[in-house]
Amino acid sequence: MTAPTPGPAPALAVHDLRIAFAREGADTRPGAVGDGGVTEVVHGVDFAVERGRVLALVGESGSGKSVTAMSVLGLLPGTARATGRIEIDGAEVLGAPEETLRALRGRAVGTVFQEPSSALNPVFTVGDQIVEAIWAHHPETTPAQRRQRVVELLEAVGVADPRRIARSYPHQASGGQLQRAVIAMAISNDPTLLIADEPTTALDVTVQAGILELLRDLTRRLDTAVLLITHDMGVVADVADEVAVMEQGSIVETAPTRQLFAAPRHAYTRSLLGAVPELGVRSRGPVPADEDAGTTTAAAELVDAVVTFRGSSGTTTAVDHVSLRIEPGEFVGLVGESGSGKSTIGRTLSGLVPLTSGRALLAGIDVGTARGSTLRRARSELGLVFQDPASSLNPRHTVGRSIADPLRLHTDLDQPARRARVLELLDAVRLAPALADRYPHELSGGQRQRVAIARALSCRPTLLIADEPTSALDVSVQQQILELLRRLQAELGFACLFISHDLAVVGELTTRVGVLRAGRLVEQGPTATVLGDPQDAYTRRLLAAVPVPDPERQAERRRRWRELAETS
Amino acid sequence: MTFARFVLSRLAGMVIVLLAIALISYLIFYLLPANPAQLSCGRPCTPDRLAQAEAFMGLDKPWWAQFLTFLGGFFVGRTFGVGGTAIHCDAPCFGYSFRLSESVTQLIAERAPVTFSIAIGAAVLWLLLGVSTGVASALRRGSLIDRSLTTLSVAGVSAPAYLVGLLGIFLFGFTLNMVPVGGYVPLTQSPVQWLWHLILPWIVLALLNAAIYTRLTRGEMLEVMGEDYIRTARAKGLREGRVVGRHALRNVLIPVATVFGLDLGSLLGGAILTEKVFAMQGLGSLLLDAVGNLDLQVLVGVTLFSAFLIILANVVVDISYGLLDPRVKAGG
Repeated sequence: MTAPTPGPAPALAVHDLRIAFAREGADTRPGAVGDGGVTEVVHGVDFAVERGRVLALVGESGSGKSVTAMSVLGLLPGTARATGRIEIDGAEVLGAPEETLRALRGRAVGTVFQEPSSALNPVFTVGDQIVEAIWAHHPETTPAQRRQRVVELLEAVGVADPRRIARSYPHQASGGQLQRAVIAMAISNDPTLLIADEPTTALDVTVQAGILELLRDLTRRLDTAVLLITHDMGVVADVADEVAVMEQGSIVETAPTRQLFAAPRHAYTRSLLGAVPELGVRSRGPVPADEDAGTTTAAAELVDAVVTFRGSSGTTTAVDHVSLRIEPGEFVGLVGESGSGKSTIGRTLSGLVPLTSGRALLAGIDVGTARGSTLRRARSELGLVFQDPASSLNPRHTVGRSIADPLRLHTDLDQPARRARVLELLDAVRLAPALADRYPHELSGGQRQRVAIARALSCRPTLLIADEPTSALDVSVQQQILELLRRLQAELGFACLFISHDLAVVGELTTRVGVLRAGRLVEQGPTATVLGDPQDAYTRRLLAAVPVPDPERQAERRRRWRELAETS
Repeated sequence: MTFARFVLSRLAGMVIVLLAIALISYLIFYLLPANPAQLSCGRPCTPDRLAQAEAFMGLDKPWWAQFLTFLGGFFVGRTFGVGGTAIHCDAPCFGYSFRLSESVTQLIAERAPVTFSIAIGAAVLWLLLGVSTGVASALRRGSLIDRSLTTLSVAGVSAPAYLVGLLGIFLFGFTLNMVPVGGYVPLTQSPVQWLWHLILPWIVLALLNAAIYTRLTRGEMLEVMGEDYIRTARAKGLREGRVVGRHALRNVLIPVATVFGLDLGSLLGGAILTEKVFAMQGLGSLLLDAVGNLDLQVLVGVTLFSAFLIILANVVVDISYGLLDPRVKAGG
């Protein structure tokens, strides 16, 4: 099983790694191999990373990629048992005494996690936490030396104001700054190996581009080996030298990045690549609205809408003079980064957030001024689908009840009629009728999102607002949900406001798109025009920052992104 | 909002709540059918003497006038009666007990050190006990230690103070003859005796109250140990002791501090059962005696004082919250 490695030992070598969990309750993961009270989740994986190289471990949720990474650190939960070999710089890690492992962690192995805001302790300053990482392995340094080193490290990872960030608490810094600080902490003791577990998944795309650039740069500069855990093929194409594709606990294919993208050998790799929505692929959606559109009643319309929030630090303008018209049956995308106001616009149209000025119309009803039954009628014209179906469905209601709830509120259908409609809706979203009596926790993420869509469509809405409906899902599931939305929209003819940070998804699905930045609609027009020939500098930067799953093209895009970053 | 403004607004709110409590407790106690003048007029009580007593106590005036006089007492003091027999009660006047011939302020000042000694000592003890057992329980989740501690805390929560107190007295006081069975010696008189007399009540109170802290700390600890930043702390190569003691405990202590402040506040107002069991003359027994003797002035005064302590504890908790947790912006 283990191939002889010529030359010096790689920074990290993993041979026949198996990880099993003692079963707690009923773990009925599909594909799990039962073995008397233990469930094996990683079935003998082999890979190696050389210094100065980036290996991407790619897979969907539950593939075992994060567990594999944690086992390298010796940080598996107590119920887990790992066997095989894990060597760091030729030294065996598995089964090593705790004190040896502790000396490796943070010194030979630096780690960067997915969500920087929760990876840092909220009650200590960013600087103190980096100081601690240095102190843990170099207690001989003086406090002044450590503080000096923190500033140098923060500078090295491109934090603009290192002294201020060092003094800040995590909640006072932005996600991008925090992730840079976490990276600074990870490299504070010049590690041999850097483990980056979905390091940019929680970040905006323009921030992601900067972090990925930093990771590449550090790999070269510090001659560090990087084990990059990701589900994003664009990220892989951008930074990885080699790729190992993981499916249900096994590595199905390992190849140099270019080769993998050019000629994927394994069927799973091909399906993974095929599922990735690609920027620039033109949608096959319905044609844009007719010329006489302006004369009919819009499905939804914002007229010079302004929304402000009052906070402890003064008033923030979340939506800044936005005018947007969605024609009946039109598929409109709204893109922007976190804090751009895209979700606020969705909530304004639902009448959930009051307008400071301007008007919000839903099927001709002003939801800003409507009250009582008028507002309820307006809301019956609206369906909402949220990002995380696990939290937007009531865990104590059956699927059927969740779908039937809007029918009870807005129609006078009796119980059997509601039941019939629920089954009809389940069929429309391609779910088995038997699921009506199940609870959300018995369903997969994709099934739950189908239920959420069925619920949103139960009253035949004029407008469906889908707020990041696929961001919490795996790519292969995402593709199915998007396909479902497209089909339902074509069949039922509702208008859809599709809110997303993912330009590729919006490009594939919508006919018209608006680009939001800090509450302002900086650009809107037909999707092909906006994404193909963006007029606004921000739209161009946003587009340039999206990594495409094609190493050749991504290298070129990366060059252009750098040029744009320098000019702006 | 700046920190100073936040503190000021909290203090202003505290004054308003205290006024409301003063009014409500005054109304409840003074509108009771019991007539304090009747009690102090003795027997036989002629209508003449009753009227005299009422005038002396100010009970002949309408209730709102009485309430205003009562409030005024806090700031300027008050005088009962006129001429040579007049009794003066200095500001801050919480009322005057005609039964004990002493101002309520004086009574509280005499009794408070007893209660404070019991409460503060016990609170420190139960905090240490509760947090340490809670942490131990969480770190060894599901183990024998965890299960025994869980069982013990259920017992602790449900056991009544008088039972545990009497058992303690019986065992350590009478049978083993290790500690005094009751009474209080002021700290200023003999620190050693003070400590010696307080040990048993402290332990009894601590055992009963620690249970809640064990459970609270255990729950918080389990949650915090699952946080991402604990994983980060371990990935840095910190020793487990430091991960728990610094990164986890600091976050666990935030909610614990809240509950602790409130518990201590209410205990400072009088540990009635404990004082009774250990024959200590604290605020609790003062209140209990006042109830037994319908000494309304004392009742209202001590009630108000206790309310003041609880509200003060609330304000202190609110303010310290902002210091413990940097995410909580004062007034935000």
